[in-house]
Amino acid sequence: MLEKAFHGSKAYWAWIIFLLIIIGIGVAAYANQLINGLGVTGMSRDVSWGLYIAQFAFFVGVAASGVMVAIPYYLHNYKLFGKVVIFGEFLAVAAVLMAMLFVVVDLGQPVRIMNVILFATPHAMIFWDMVVLSSYLLLNILIGWGALSAERRGFPPAKWVKVLSYIAIPFAISIHTVTAFLFCGLPGRDYWETAILAGRFLSSAFASGPALLIMLCFIMRKVSTFRVSDKAIDSLAKIVCYAMIINVFFFLCEVFTSFYSASPAHMLPIAYLFGGVEGATNLVVPMIIATICAFGGIAFLIFPQLRKNHKTLIVGLIAVFLACWIDKGIALVLAGFVPNSFEQVVQYFPTLNEVLVIAGVYGIGMLVLTVLYKITVDVRKSLDQRPVEAVDEDKMDEAMHAASSVPAAS
Amino acid sequence: MERRTFLKAAAAVGATSLLPVSAMAVSSAMASSGEDAQREEPGVVDTYDATPKQWGFVIDAKKIEELGVMDDMIGACNHAHNIPQTGDPKTEVKWIWAEPFENTFADMESEYMDEETLDRAYPVLCNHCDNPPCVRVCPTKATFKRSDGIVMMDPHRCIGCRFCMGGCPYGARSLNFFDPRLYLDEINPDYPTRTKGVVEKCTLCAERIDKGEIPLCVEASKGAVLFGDLNDPDSEVSRALKEAFFIRRRVSLGTGPNMYYIVSGGAENA
Ligand code: SF4
Ligand code: SF4
Ligand code: SF4
Repeated sequence: MLEKAFHGSKAYWAWIIFLLIIIGIGVAAYANQLINGLGVTGMSRDVSWGLYIAQFAFFVGVAASGVMVAIPYYLHNYKLFGKVVIFGEFLAVAAVLMAMLFVVVDLGQPVRIMNVILFATPHAMIFWDMVVLSSYLLLNILIGWGALSAERRGFPPAKWVKVLSYIAIPFAISIHTVTAFLFCGLPGRDYWETAILAGRFLSSAFASGPALLIMLCFIMRKVSTFRVSDKAIDSLAKIVCYAMIINVFFFLCEVFTSFYSASPAHMLPIAYLFGGVEGATNLVVPMIIATICAFGGIAFLIFPQLRKNHKTLIVGLIAVFLACWIDKGIALVLAGFVPNSFEQVVQYFPTLNEVLVIAGVYGIGMLVLTVLYKITVDVRKSLDQRPVEAVDEDKMDEAMHAASSVPAAS
Repeated sequence: MERRTFLKAAAAVGATSLLPVSAMAVSSAMASSGEDAQREEPGVVDTYDATPKQWGFVIDAKKIEELGVMDDMIGACNHAHNIPQTGDPKTEVKWIWAEPFENTFADMESEYMDEETLDRAYPVLCNHCDNPPCVRVCPTKATFKRSDGIVMMDPHRCIGCRFCMGGCPYGARSLNFFDPRLYLDEINPDYPTRTKGVVEKCTLCAERIDKGEIPLCVEASKGAVLFGDLNDPDSEVSRALKEAFFIRRRVSLGTGPNMYYIVSGGAENA
């Protein structure tokens, strides 16, 4: 099936070449980081993790959100998602890959990464994160590929594909839970040290992931032969809406606990995020944008008239995605370092080099996604063509040339 | 009264920890309240090592100030351990350095405190915790606790994930953001230099302790800092702690720090 990735329209190839250029720039920036050290990033002694780890957390969430399509389909036999579920799985593949790459680019000594396996340390959460992430990646590759091969031959998916799909569900929950445990188990980092962190992670994942998936479906409608039904989109949009409401609720619980108890250590990070502390105001504007997007996004998704109108739906989805992206993909990690161990507030700004490395990882993720989606759409298209003779020939060439222009603000 | 409460808190904290060695620390805390026998109680004595130790410091900041030895202490460590001086707070590598009261003991600061105590510089370094979170979170065991209580680093194994920096609530750890050899004026050939991308911190001069010598900063402090085994009730440190009021950094986190700071009035005894 892989050969389908090598036959495409001009637009498809233009998109691929564009991604390769981005990846090339990212690789060059990473080479610079390898040669000179992590000093070329904005990270410091006090803010020892930055956007790399924040983006890692965010994309683990996107990966986990595949279950929001898989659970209704596999557990509740919700047929509407039948055509979408494979896109959810392939999105998970690309997202896990990106998450892993973000960890690798964050390492000071990446060549020694095998030490995590050679000296496996079960009391370190990273070890478990690695175990569940790689298992989840493998599961999704197998499931997606298995389902697609069956579809191509016109059979329902084999039994093992179904079994693996069931197994993947708890793994999806666990990848994001363990990722939350990476943070919430660290003593004295008050913004992270909260029992609700895993819940927040999952709810924001189940909002942002399906939001992204719907947007990808819309893109595929434009550029490929794949047409997802409006009903499926509406069901997914409802999931996004509920998950986002829960996400905001969890965050407000956090705010109440911190401010009513008046615990300084818990108030300070939140004050830093929304108002700035001691002149450190670098996250205030992003957080205000995130807040507006969160509430605005929910409003656009909660009213059926707005949700069913695809123009307003897209606005709502972008808003929700952006809110989650700022909250988890930036603020979460940075606010954990406020205040530092000496009760000082140290700010972090990413450097250009760092941003280029991040762009490179996005490029790799999009490339993988594009190829997987293109193969899927082409397989389905050739199926559609078999029984019916008169197929619109123009559409064939146009197939899937930009399946994955992820509208993430990298 | 205050001291009793403190000891109780310390005991409670120790009781929640998993390592047998921290049980010894509890008993040592008990011992300092006068119940020396506790240490020998069967069941409390651990299986961790035949002669379990927990090295610790008793730091008299007032005396450091009086003797003017702070810079010598820091300089001795920097020089002996090839610690790069990057000259930038963003990337600096520090094993031992000075911080004012409000930063060292942020949770204890009060505007009514006497100015001398507040303004004084306190040396801060790794606390060689009883229950070290840096060890718990390290995915490669590049950070580990030795049976004598030293929290040690293996820079050859470290992958530079900086989990330990997030986990250490004392800011005791530094990453080599650049090749450290670029920031060394003079290299001490008797001690290894590190490479970029690995984390490092105070090793309690393990290389000296293994030869039966005391840590360099202690030596340079001319008596303002005492060093010894906190599990031994007759050690200099244990005796000093029985005679003066002391505080430790962020005790409520349960890490069991082993750097004890004598506050006002303890100078004569330390
Ligand atoms: S002070 Fe920090 S680095 Fe030292 S043992 Fe404690 S947690 Fe680890
Ligand atoms: S940076 Fe090195 S010492 Fe610290 S947790 Fe990672 S591997 Fe362990
Ligand atoms: S004990 Fe040794 S390594 Fe640690 S700060 Fe003192 S001199 Fe430096």
